[in-house]
Amino acid sequence: MSKYLLNKFLFMVDRDPELVERYRSEPRELVTWWEAEYANTVLNCHTDEASTWLRFDDVEREALATHDHVKLFELGAHPFLTLTLFIAVFERDNTEPLEYQKSYGARLAHFSMPYPDIAT
Amino acid sequence: MATVVAVIASTHHPFYYRASTATGEDRPPFADEWTSKILAFRETLTRARPDVLVMVGSDHFHQLWLDNMPQFLVGKAPFYDANWYNEEREFGLPRMLLKGQEDLSGHILRAGLDSGFDLAFSNELRIDHSITCPIITLRPEADLPIVPIYTNIFAPPLPQPKRFVQLGQAIRDIVESWPSHLRVAVIGTGHLSLELGGPRQFGPHGPDPEFDQRAVEWIANGDLDGCLREVTLDSLHSPGNATHGFMDFMLMMGVAGAGAKADYVDTLDLFHTMEAYFTWYPNGAPAA
Repeated sequence: MSKYLLNKFLFMVDRDPELVERYRSEPRELVTWWEAEYANTVLNCHTDEASTWLRFDDVEREALATHDHVKLFELGAHPFLTLTLFIAVFERDNTEPLEYQKSYGARLAHFSMPYPDIAT
Repeated sequence: MATVVAVIASTHHPFYYRASTATGEDRPPFADEWTSKILAFRETLTRARPDVLVMVGSDHFHQLWLDNMPQFLVGKAPFYDANWYNEEREFGLPRMLLKGQEDLSGHILRAGLDSGFDLAFSNELRIDHSITCPIITLRPEADLPIVPIYTNIFAPPLPQPKRFVQLGQAIRDIVESWPSHLRVAVIGTGHLSLELGGPRQFGPHGPDPEFDQRAVEWIANGDLDGCLREVTLDSLHSPGNATHGFMDFMLMMGVAGAGAKADYVDTLDLFHTMEAYFTWYPNGAPAA
């Protein structure tokens, strides 16, 4: 399990308009591709300096592939990263202001303090 | 020596730009009151006639990342590009270019290190809405050089609250020791209670109005002792999962000084957060 890698996925996809669209339309394919091609990229380094060991466990991979923000919260993914990417993916479907944002919170209503630890 | 002509603390709500520029049916019902409060708040900086802005904020995983996360970082660059694609996308924020004040950046780094703060620095820092929002609200001309200072309120492990206060006190001393005749305003943004990505987000008020009320009193009265007695890294989870940004308000209380009552205090209860605005004049209020 790697909260860091979950966060790294959310961080990298959120900042790239093309990846945001691919995550919306083909999430499972995008997660598979990203894990194979980018999970071990050391940011800001030449590709020959890539790390070798980062990978999702099955639960993490499935949570990302199914847009399951509730499971990501439970796993300790950074809530700001999850929220901002998922707003990018789903806010456009709103029929009224903040509709998605409010439903996002409501689906987490069964969580009480303390929330899952987000330290990596 | 330089003069600290104003110390200003506020929230950095990224929707202000969109709300204040919206027209017709797109303009939210709270926009006029919000704009009115911002114009009054802006005047508190304008009256101080600053030459330079030292700006404290927190990167929101835009440039700073978990592979190499600094706790406190000072920008030292001639210019700063500002705002990011995902802020443009989500908040409608404009791309900006702000001029740096490298001499003051260098002085803060040298004097900060010498006074016990192991400050990181960046010569290529693209800044985000924690610093551009106060530019938009307080100095929309964006004509003054800045020194950005980023704190980590976001990626555990975080520094203790008292460390933020101590850094604020050090920043005040360091700016006042800068061999310059320029007038400096120190501006910082943080949060009161706030929940993002959790079950209490986007409610009709901030997630913890009681905390907000106490926090506003601590800041307005410069009650650092009371604040430090009650606020810990653990306690800040209760008022909302993003409330650790309150430590940037504590840093600004350190800049203003223990016991220093704010000369200007205003708040606005928005739909999911309490906006709060504070100004101190260390050398007395300038003429209106």
